[in-house]
Amino acid sequence: MSSISFRGRDLLDVETLSAEDIQHILDAVPSFKEVSERDIKKVPTLRGKTVINLFFEPSTRTRTSFEIAGKRLSADVVNISVATSSVSKGESLRDMADNLAAMQADVLIVRHHVAGVPHFLARSVPQPVINAGDGAHEHPTQALLDVFTLQEKWGSLQDRSALIVGDIASSRVARSNVLAMRKLGMQVCVCGPRTMLPAGLDQLGVESTSDLDEAIQSTDVVMMLRMQRERHKDVLFPSLAEYAERYCLTGERLRRAKEGVVVMHPGPINRGVEIAPEVADGLASVILQQVTNGVAVRMALLYLILGGG
Amino acid sequence: MLDAAGIEQALRRLGREISTRNTPATRLVLIGIRTRGVPLAMRLGALIKSDTGTDVPVGTIDITLYRDDLKARQGRPMQATHIPCLLDARHVVLVDDVLYTGRTVRAAMDALTDFGRPLSVQLAVLVDRGHREFPIQADYVGTILETAHDEQVRVQVSETDGHDDITLMEAARQEA
Repeated sequence: MSSISFRGRDLLDVETLSAEDIQHILDAVPSFKEVSERDIKKVPTLRGKTVINLFFEPSTRTRTSFEIAGKRLSADVVNISVATSSVSKGESLRDMADNLAAMQADVLIVRHHVAGVPHFLARSVPQPVINAGDGAHEHPTQALLDVFTLQEKWGSLQDRSALIVGDIASSRVARSNVLAMRKLGMQVCVCGPRTMLPAGLDQLGVESTSDLDEAIQSTDVVMMLRMQRERHKDVLFPSLAEYAERYCLTGERLRRAKEGVVVMHPGPINRGVEIAPEVADGLASVILQQVTNGVAVRMALLYLILGGG
Repeated sequence: MLDAAGIEQALRRLGREISTRNTPATRLVLIGIRTRGVPLAMRLGALIKSDTGTDVPVGTIDITLYRDDLKARQGRPMQATHIPCLLDARHVVLVDDVLYTGRTVRAAMDALTDFGRPLSVQLAVLVDRGHREFPIQADYVGTILETAHDEQVRVQVSETDGHDDITLMEAARQEA
């Protein structure tokens, strides 16, 4: 029996998880996936628990995924988005969190455009906090669902290779995935324009390149990132057309890849910018499986944190 | 308390009782409760097949998500639930190794009703050790053991443990 327990713990980042922690979570996921495949997609496990989705940044997929995960476990899920919250009336983050905690919420799920906010809240309130994405820092549940999707396909990830393509420097998805994949024994290479590659990659044991056509030939999985135009205050590349010319995953580019290559994307996708429709909808794509698995991974996390261990 | 031969004898009798009460066996389905109810359900399915010639579907159920003591069961690994057919218009026999407080069976019945509306739900156990905390009783009982609360009934089956036997143990040595 495993000595690892997540009961009452925060899930703030992948960085502080061990490979065993990650595997402990992933091992719990299939049972929850099975619940989602039933006619009656609901179990009474978290009856009477209150889950608060606290989103300071627009999100449809992640917020809905957490909401469905909580509801399938019979928890009460409350969604708070910044536009309707009293933060717009000048209440501080800390006061708001204290109030939610005082209402006996059992777990807070937090997304914020500033890195470190979930960590700050985790220190301020007694309840466990789950990071649903903080600035350009981390998006741990996305990485967990991504490595779960790969394990489901391959079994062990040891010595498999991944290529992550896009704006690496400002991507929390890339950062969390690099950490999770490295911990599980994968080789990781990141690819994008020089202006979008962060410093310090070698400390993580990660290679980098700006040549997608070459790098795609030797990888087992290629993960395309969304071009996050809303995050760019500076001009990092001349135009979207020019970016797409060099970094869009087209059917032609994909044909250079190994047989059986897997295509991932965390969504939402910009068709024709970072990924061509024929690839997003093609046989190599697991994009919708990622979404399905996202619900199951978040169910597993809520279950483990709120009592299951 | 019971060796391999005794367990086999008990299961043969259970199989006959189940098929006698549920004739024809074509409307029967056996559901083993994880963990050791599963191999027992499969053996009962084979015994009923040899008695009646009918293939009875055998499923499995993990009741972890339906327990009323979530926090007391740290690190218990969950396993797949597999319901092999529609339960509506079927007689369901739940199979478990030991009947004790009745809480597991209560949880299993909750889980079952999420999969359909069976004609009836019956319960078969290898051992009834008493000390019920819920108004639940078995329809088919392999053997009855007089036990104290702090004793542990350990059922081992060859599929998971290498051999068949039932032993009564002191609390200190109970399995996790």
